[in-house]
Amino acid sequence: MTAQEIFDILKTKFGDAIIETKFDTMQPWVRIAPNKTKELCSFLRDDTALQFDYLSCLSGMDYSNGTFGVVYHLASIVHKHKIVLKTFCTKDNLHIQSVSAVWGTANWHEREAFDLYGIIFDEHPDLRRLLMPDDWEGHPLRKDYKVQEFYHGMKVPY
Amino acid sequence: MLQPPTLPTDYTVKQGHIKTSTGKTIRTEEMIINMGPQHPSTHGVLRLEIVVDGEIIVDCIPHIGYLHRCFEKHCEHMTNYQQVIPYADRMDYCSAMTNEWAFALAAERLLKIEVPERVEYIRVIMAELQRIASHLIAVGTYGIDSGAFTPFLYTFIDREKILDLFEMTCGARLLYNYIWIGGLSHDLPPKFMEQAKDFIRYFRPRLKMLNDLLSYNEIFVKRTANVGVLPKDVAINYAVSGPQLRGSGVNWDLRRDDPYSIYHKLEWEPQVGKGEMGTVGDCWDRHIVRMHEMEQCLNIIEQALAGLPEGNVKAAIPKRIRPEKDAEIYIRTESSRGELGFYIVSDGTASPFRVKARGPAFVNLSVLPEIAKGGMIADLVLIAGSIDIVLGEVDR
Amino acid sequence: MEFIQTLLANELVVSILLSLLPLIFIIAYALVVLYTEMKVAAHIQDRVAYMRTGWHGLLQPIADMLKLLQKEDIIPDKADKLLFRLAPIIAFVGTYAAYAVLPFSSIYIGSNINLGAFFLVAVGSLVVVGILMAGWASNNKWSLFGGVRSAAQMISYEIPTAIAIIIVVMITGSLNLQDVTKFQDGGIGNWVVFGGPLPWSQKLMLMPFTIITFFILFVSSIAEVNRTPFDLPEAESELVQGFNTEYSGMRFAMFYLSEYANLFTVSAVGVALFLGGWSSPFGTFMSGPVWGIFWFVAKSYVFVLIQIWVRWTLPRLRVDQLMYVSWKVLTPWLFACLLSVGLILVL
Repeated sequence: MTAQEIFDILKTKFGDAIIETKFDTMQPWVRIAPNKTKELCSFLRDDTALQFDYLSCLSGMDYSNGTFGVVYHLASIVHKHKIVLKTFCTKDNLHIQSVSAVWGTANWHEREAFDLYGIIFDEHPDLRRLLMPDDWEGHPLRKDYKVQEFYHGMKVPY
Repeated sequence: MLQPPTLPTDYTVKQGHIKTSTGKTIRTEEMIINMGPQHPSTHGVLRLEIVVDGEIIVDCIPHIGYLHRCFEKHCEHMTNYQQVIPYADRMDYCSAMTNEWAFALAAERLLKIEVPERVEYIRVIMAELQRIASHLIAVGTYGIDSGAFTPFLYTFIDREKILDLFEMTCGARLLYNYIWIGGLSHDLPPKFMEQAKDFIRYFRPRLKMLNDLLSYNEIFVKRTANVGVLPKDVAINYAVSGPQLRGSGVNWDLRRDDPYSIYHKLEWEPQVGKGEMGTVGDCWDRHIVRMHEMEQCLNIIEQALAGLPEGNVKAAIPKRIRPEKDAEIYIRTESSRGELGFYIVSDGTASPFRVKARGPAFVNLSVLPEIAKGGMIADLVLIAGSIDIVLGEVDR
Repeated sequence: MEFIQTLLANELVVSILLSLLPLIFIIAYALVVLYTEMKVAAHIQDRVAYMRTGWHGLLQPIADMLKLLQKEDIIPDKADKLLFRLAPIIAFVGTYAAYAVLPFSSIYIGSNINLGAFFLVAVGSLVVVGILMAGWASNNKWSLFGGVRSAAQMISYEIPTAIAIIIVVMITGSLNLQDVTKFQDGGIGNWVVFGGPLPWSQKLMLMPFTIITFFILFVSSIAEVNRTPFDLPEAESELVQGFNTEYSGMRFAMFYLSEYANLFTVSAVGVALFLGGWSSPFGTFMSGPVWGIFWFVAKSYVFVLIQIWVRWTLPRLRVDQLMYVSWKVLTPWLFACLLSVGLILVL
């Protein structure tokens, strides 16, 4: 299935949750609303024509102009097609609906995005830091991140 | 004083009562044990917090991040895409060639570079040799986890021969910086073909010996069959990949199903677990998939060596690496542990804007709590070993 | 000179000296078996072990002993200090006490009691107490696991051991190990494993059962000693050395020594009961009181070697599988052998 066909199916079903698309790149992507991700992804996983049962990658993004986002790379083992989804949110409203109920692998990916970017995933069962220590301050992968001076008495920047 | 973090939910240890035949009641209580970051068999610095009821595991919570080295942040500050290659090496240090290849592939697609055919063939040979070396570590350490100390030394003898081949080519045994964007750092030395063919001839009977010694040993089968069963749908839902996914019966191999390089020209079969000794998806299946895969790797290397064309391996290495603005790509390759993916976003400058490394060990490890519940502590060690994690890739 | 004579005339002094002989034997034997284990392990694993201390590493066991002797004695803060100190001593006492009834030769046996075999089984349980104490006193959850597993394992494997001993006692008619050995005197055909010095018809019927019994005794004795494939209590891959984790230096050396002494004990028991003890396999050639010691030690040593060989080849059994093997496989087979041997002897 091509990206255009998938976009058409989604547009007819979800209407205004689909905000924009970009087809003239190497990997076409579809932008979706941040508060409807779970519904959309459930449909993408369960619909027999699409069957995106495999979430390859979920990456947090900081676009350095006050916009944060999440990029989903979905694949289908059954139909062997792929699609890229994107959602954006602004720095003062860093909330995106979690898809960990749809794909179990999103649990750890979203925890990592929260840990490194500070994006809060609503309805996530267990949103804690994953890679950094539990009492670390700040979100390291942000573009404006300043590393803390001391951690438990140890000097951090060397 | 550093405080250890607490369990995620407000976990109160369950207490119970057992009535004995004499009418007395014995008070029981679950125990929270730490298989700490330093442990002989967690394959690296992984902390597993286990809630046990006697010997049965009630819950298992992995804590990672002890080896986090900020790979993604470093990439954003590189002055050149080529500089990322040594860092990508060090992610999955047991399987460095496949890491480099994945990143180089992603950058080449971004820059729309076509590499010469000789480079493709050599890359396949190196990746398959690396796959054998990585599986040898996995199998050897799995033997140690189950108590058989000898296969580990046998697999390391075989691995030395592969590392000799690598050292002959690029000078390094473990972390190579060999596969560059657009080509390779060195061409194959003149003695490589002969020594590689010797290795293939030497290794085939050794595989059979390893199988007799470890895989079909009655005690080993009893320890690993029907243990840690990962059902097919759970595996796909948790985006498990590599030998773990194939061990659960899913015939999915990225070298065939999302082909890159010259894999479509070579004849080989992805190996799938069939539940020979127990249920499909148990630890024994994952182990035997790795053993069979090593044999297939030998086939691939033979064919690639036979069909190796001439060419200049440095012909297509670009002088300046500057992709277009807002170009982005997600490439997935089949590394020794599963689907290794790199998502690169460029902003038109010489350093990447964002690099996300999707490590297969990271994703494969997230399924551990699901499959370890209900088993015993001795099983947990074997299940964690059969997932074959390398903490460098889990934590990046 | 006169002083030594008066000393030797005193019975108490003599008995103390004689009872110290096995201790000297254990220490000498420990050095030899340490060297053997590391060399055998190395050659099975296709490598060479120590080559630098002495010619081909011959002085390495002495170096190891010296190292263990001079290590710092660390006791964890919250450990139960009395039990922690007592545990290795009790484990070693349990092992050493078994040497009192081993018939080293026709003229030397520590204590010629009429209940030799029974005493062995009883005293072997002391080691369990020692290990359990070590596991509990270490104040370490992993040691506790090791101790508890070990207790369960050793207790379950005493049943097959005891039943195997009973089968031998039925054939030879005495619990006294010296009498059992004398019963088998006269050449390889008289050994109990081949049916004992009985008429050929009975021997042929008994032989399969005695061979099976000997094999089962050997397997359960490996379990008694906590060696792979039954070494769950000290499973290095899971429990970081199990009940031994918190022990260092001389106390660890006691546990280590007791494990190797145990190896010899169980091999020696198997040899004394089934393979003719100190009697020479050639009948009268190469037999005599001094030759007796040689045969006894040599035969036991062969089985120690086999145990080392098995350790480096096989993986480890899980706890419940261990119990399953003991209760549901070994014990029923042994009961079958017991009944058959009894029937054959009566008929």
